[in-house]
Amino acid sequence: MIRFSVNGERLETNISGDTPLLWFLRDNLQLTGTKYGCGMALCGACMVHVNGEPAFSCITRLSAIEGKRVTTIESIGSSPIGKKVQAAWIAEDVVQCGYCQSGQIMSATALLGKHKKPTDAQIDDAMNGNICRCGTYSRVKAAIKVAAGSGTSTPAVPAKKAPTKAKV
Amino acid sequence: MKQLFDLASDLPPVKRRQFLKATAAATGGLVIGFALPPGNKMAQAQSAPKPNTTPNAFLRIARDGSVTVQVKHLEFGQGVMTSLPMLVAEELDCDWAKVRAELAPAAPQFAHTMFGMQMTGGSSSVVNSWTQMRTVGATARAMLISAAAGKWKVNAADCRTDNGNVIGPAGQKESYGALADAANALAVPGEVKLKDAKDFRIIGKPTRRIDARAKVDGSAKFGLDVTAKMVPNLHTAVVMHPPVFGAKVKRFNADKVNGVPGVTHVVQTANGIAVVAKNFWAAKTGRDLLVVEWELAPGSKANTVDLKKSYRALAQKTGAIAKAGNVDGLKAAAKTITAEYEVPFLAHAPMEPLNCVVNITTDSCEIWVGSQLQTVDQGAAASVAGLKPEQVKLNTMIAGGGFGRRANTGSDYIIEAVEIAKQAKVPVKMVWTREDDMKAGYYRPMFVHRVAAGVDSAGKIVGWDHTVVGQSIVAGTPFEAFLIKNGIDETSVEGVADTPYDIPGMQASLHTTQTGVPVLWWRSVGNSHTAFVMETMMDDLARAADKDAVAFRLEYLAKHPRIARTLTMAAEKAGWGTPLPKGVARGIAVHQSFGSVCAQVAEVSLEKGQIKVRRVVAALDCGLAVNPLTISAQVESAIVYGLSAALYGQVTLKDGVVEQSNFHDYPVLRFADMPKIEVHIMPGGTVPTGVGEPATPPIAPAVSNAIFALTGKRLREMPFKV
Repeated sequence: MIRFSVNGERLETNISGDTPLLWFLRDNLQLTGTKYGCGMALCGACMVHVNGEPAFSCITRLSAIEGKRVTTIESIGSSPIGKKVQAAWIAEDVVQCGYCQSGQIMSATALLGKHKKPTDAQIDDAMNGNICRCGTYSRVKAAIKVAAGSGTSTPAVPAKKAPTKAKV
Repeated sequence: MKQLFDLASDLPPVKRRQFLKATAAATGGLVIGFALPPGNKMAQAQSAPKPNTTPNAFLRIARDGSVTVQVKHLEFGQGVMTSLPMLVAEELDCDWAKVRAELAPAAPQFAHTMFGMQMTGGSSSVVNSWTQMRTVGATARAMLISAAAGKWKVNAADCRTDNGNVIGPAGQKESYGALADAANALAVPGEVKLKDAKDFRIIGKPTRRIDARAKVDGSAKFGLDVTAKMVPNLHTAVVMHPPVFGAKVKRFNADKVNGVPGVTHVVQTANGIAVVAKNFWAAKTGRDLLVVEWELAPGSKANTVDLKKSYRALAQKTGAIAKAGNVDGLKAAAKTITAEYEVPFLAHAPMEPLNCVVNITTDSCEIWVGSQLQTVDQGAAASVAGLKPEQVKLNTMIAGGGFGRRANTGSDYIIEAVEIAKQAKVPVKMVWTREDDMKAGYYRPMFVHRVAAGVDSAGKIVGWDHTVVGQSIVAGTPFEAFLIKNGIDETSVEGVADTPYDIPGMQASLHTTQTGVPVLWWRSVGNSHTAFVMETMMDDLARAADKDAVAFRLEYLAKHPRIARTLTMAAEKAGWGTPLPKGVARGIAVHQSFGSVCAQVAEVSLEKGQIKVRRVVAALDCGLAVNPLTISAQVESAIVYGLSAALYGQVTLKDGVVEQSNFHDYPVLRFADMPKIEVHIMPGGTVPTGVGEPATPPIAPAVSNAIFALTGKRLREMPFKV
């Protein structure tokens, strides 16, 4: 039996400890916001937090998280930093296909948890494990700076002209 | 795809009378659908799904005033879930905050207005929807006005609309939501007037994406995210594909597989063995324990090293003529440059590996998939399932990228998933691992070009002899009839044979090869290699002529002021000709594709012996810019995509086996390597032209030209090595 928590909820499972956390989240808990991209910690689409630290869930075995706290994209918005990051992502119109963005946001949130006002080098370093094939990197960087309060909005969206509250 | 584009522009626009009211859903409100012209073959073959499903409507206005637009194209990053609703909302004059977007399922009503099938490609989503979606909005608005006028007993002509309300002559005011039921009872007007561009208040305004919220909180559902909550008893399948293309299963042993907890089925498909399990990890663990003996197809052991040699040999001879011209002028050239160019096979490598969910019952098949060819895939699924197309419901899921890979007329991964579900007799989510996605093919073809071109003593081009060697991506597909003419696959030579440069004495020819390696369109299609060759050769010729690279190009663009303007804009914004720090150099390139023009200036340096692209200044003329915010995002995206190919991308084969498998041996551009990109959208234009692809072609030549300026070394093979 392995015991840990996911998004504040305590769990125990007798699933094989070899199972990657990613697939436990996606298939057993149906938390599909955490994405599969490579399975080898190469792309960052699967990024979650384990005890507040960024972790590639595709190579993190369940046996390695005994007694630990797992946070996924589904609950990151309930932390003040996560909420700011999500808001900045929307303000900067970061997403395109969106598939990598859960992982980008988890990496960015972990970074801002460690460095309130990260330098460019710190941002590059923290985000270099997250691949985006749509090429949203510039906007990711701008959004991180906005969330940190050290950047100004870059997209040319005049505040009064463009309504932005539409939902899917 | 430029030829498809041109062909399409000759077709008549959507006839407005084809719009009709669809059956209002139980929720009421106004629903605007779309009728097919009589006699349409697809209409006969694929009648509309039964009314118990969502109406095949483009637009629903609910009683609460919410406006839902069904987007007929695939959303895979390019922003159609925002741009198409913008077209509707502009004419509907509704409150943008109440606009929602849904992806439409496969249905003939949602056919591309130019190509007759439901598809996403050729940078044409907004282009082909431009009149259609605005007409949908205008039609609904006219009906809402009529409903209000009837209620108030006034002339419709005396009413106007304002942000989701109809306003009467005496100041009466009623919301669209309150009028929706009454409007739905009215006849659909035959003709509606569309707005003048000067009156646009949504089109042309930078507008944030409708789908952003769901993509930042993990709630957006991609194909891979279909779970047993949505499809009860959903199983996962992972497939073992042949080690080389075309190989067939001779025999296999699944003894070890059946011992894996969670594995439920092992089934053979036309292209491999699938392990079906209760979850992904069990299926993959089982798949990896399969022992399969393969029967290799004759000639299936392709080696890219050998292919390159044979392509280069072919390139020495003139092929089938794609552009006729007399190259005799070369004999008298003051300076001649003869060069060969090489580009490799490329994987699309979208972030979301390919997947497809299938649920088959006795008389139906339901599919969830991110598809660029919905009705084609629907038809293919039907034939495998032994059903009629109308018995297949294909739900379009947002896709984590695609770049052409999800537009395979062979429907390879859809067919495979249906085969598995049919045999396993359970609902199946087939998931390709990253390695499967990388190795199972459908690549941008490898090409070799050879060019001999020269200038006279005055620095004028006197001849250009161009030979292209590579596979056809459309031979044997339904696109063959449109795109192969006189033995020339136009997608192999687009950007060369139809170059806008007014080059005297230019000939282009093509050798079409066969390799057994499956190939497909890849973002910007033929332009992904032809622009590289054309624009680096133009740079070499400018130097041979001792002229500035911009001025030299402009000499050959006198008949194309739009291209000349865009080139000039990029040069000006980049400070072309102004000094740069030591160790930094600029290169420029311009290319026309998908009806648009993109020019780019790249600034590069070398860092630790590696190419560092520091800054890219891009100018794009895409006609009327519908959403400048997503357009600039697409330019950034297309540049990054092209840069990944220029710097890193290559799929190689040894003895038929693809040597790459994941992002460690198929690297792509990462965060720290991102150049600063500035995008300038050219003003003006009365109709939109393509956006998603035209910025990919110029980046590789711009970087090659900059590296030449920096080092004197000419890079003619991708990926670049300095």
